[in-house]
Amino acid sequence: MTIQINNKATETKASNIAELATELGLPQKGVAIAVANTMVPREEWETTALEEGASVVIIKAAFGG
Amino acid sequence: MSSEKDSSTDIFSPRYERQRLLPEVGEEGQKRLAKAKVLIVGVGGLGSPIAIYLAGAGVGTLGLIDDDIVSVSNLQRQVLYAESQVGKPKVDCARERLLGLNSDITVNTYRQKLQADNARELIAQYDIVVDGTDNAAVRYVISDVCVALGKTYVYGAICGFEGQVSVLCRGKATYRALYPEEQELKDARAAKAVIGVTPAIVGSVEAAQVLQLICGYGEPLIDKLWTIDLRTMQTFVIRV
Repeated sequence: MTIQINNKATETKASNIAELATELGLPQKGVAIAVANTMVPREEWETTALEEGASVVIIKAAFGG
Repeated sequence: MSSEKDSSTDIFSPRYERQRLLPEVGEEGQKRLAKAKVLIVGVGGLGSPIAIYLAGAGVGTLGLIDDDIVSVSNLQRQVLYAESQVGKPKVDCARERLLGLNSDITVNTYRQKLQADNARELIAQYDIVVDGTDNAAVRYVISDVCVALGKTYVYGAICGFEGQVSVLCRGKATYRALYPEEQELKDARAAKAVIGVTPAIVGSVEAAQVLQLICGYGEPLIDKLWTIDLRTMQTFVIRV
C-alpha cells in the first residue's frame, strides 16, 4: 500500500509502525514516529496499524545546541 | 557569580516602542517581560540568538550558564562573540554584549556546567528554562527538575540542517516522554557538523516561545513538537 512518509508517497508492506521501522532500517533508539500528526509512544508501535494513505512523520533525535 | 542590580526596566522606554505597539504585547506584556526571570542553559549556537532577543525584548533577569570559552570555530554561528574574545569565558563575553545591548536588565552568570547536583538550586531562581545545551544528559536533568519545581522548559535542539522546539513540563509532555531511552541516549553528544543558520533559526523560535509564554499570547508549543529541515523547508507540528 501507499502511505505518506514526511509528505512523500512511499510504498510499504508494513502493517504497523514497528514493521515500518524495521522495513526502513530505522535505528532502535532516538527516533520518534508520529501518525496523523500525533506521536506514537514506542510501546504502541506494534499495536498501531498502518492504513492506506496514512500520514507518517519520522523525527530523528537531535542533540546539538 | 551574579549581578545583584535591581531590574527596574522602564517599560515605557522608546527601546520597546515597536513591540509595545503590538496588542499581543502592549504595556501589560512589557511589564511581564520586565518581571520575568529566564535561565539560558548554554550560550553557544542556540543560546546566542536566544540571549540577544530576550535581552533586546527587555526580559528583566537573564541567567547564563556555560563553562566553556570562546573559540574560533564558534564564530561561524555563535553570534554573541567576536574574534577578540577567543579564549575568554563565554558567560563573561555574553554578559558584556547583552548589557551593551540593554543596560536595563540584570544578567546573572554561572561559569559551570548544569548537572544533577546544582540544577535544582539554579532553576529554582527562574521562571522559565531555555535550552541551548549540546547533549541529552543535561536535557534529562533540566526536564526532571522543571517537573519537580513546576517550571517551564523551552526545549530546542539542532543537528546539521535540522532542528526542533517544544514547550515541555508545562502541560503533560516532558523530555522523557519525547525520548524515553535515557540509558541509550544520555551519552549522545551532538554531531559537530552544522551550518550557522540552523541555530539562528531554531534559537529564534525558542526565544519566540519564551516571549509568547511570558506575555501570554497565541498558542505556544505546549505538548507539541515543531521540527524544521532547512534542506527542504519542510516543517511539522506534532502532538506529543
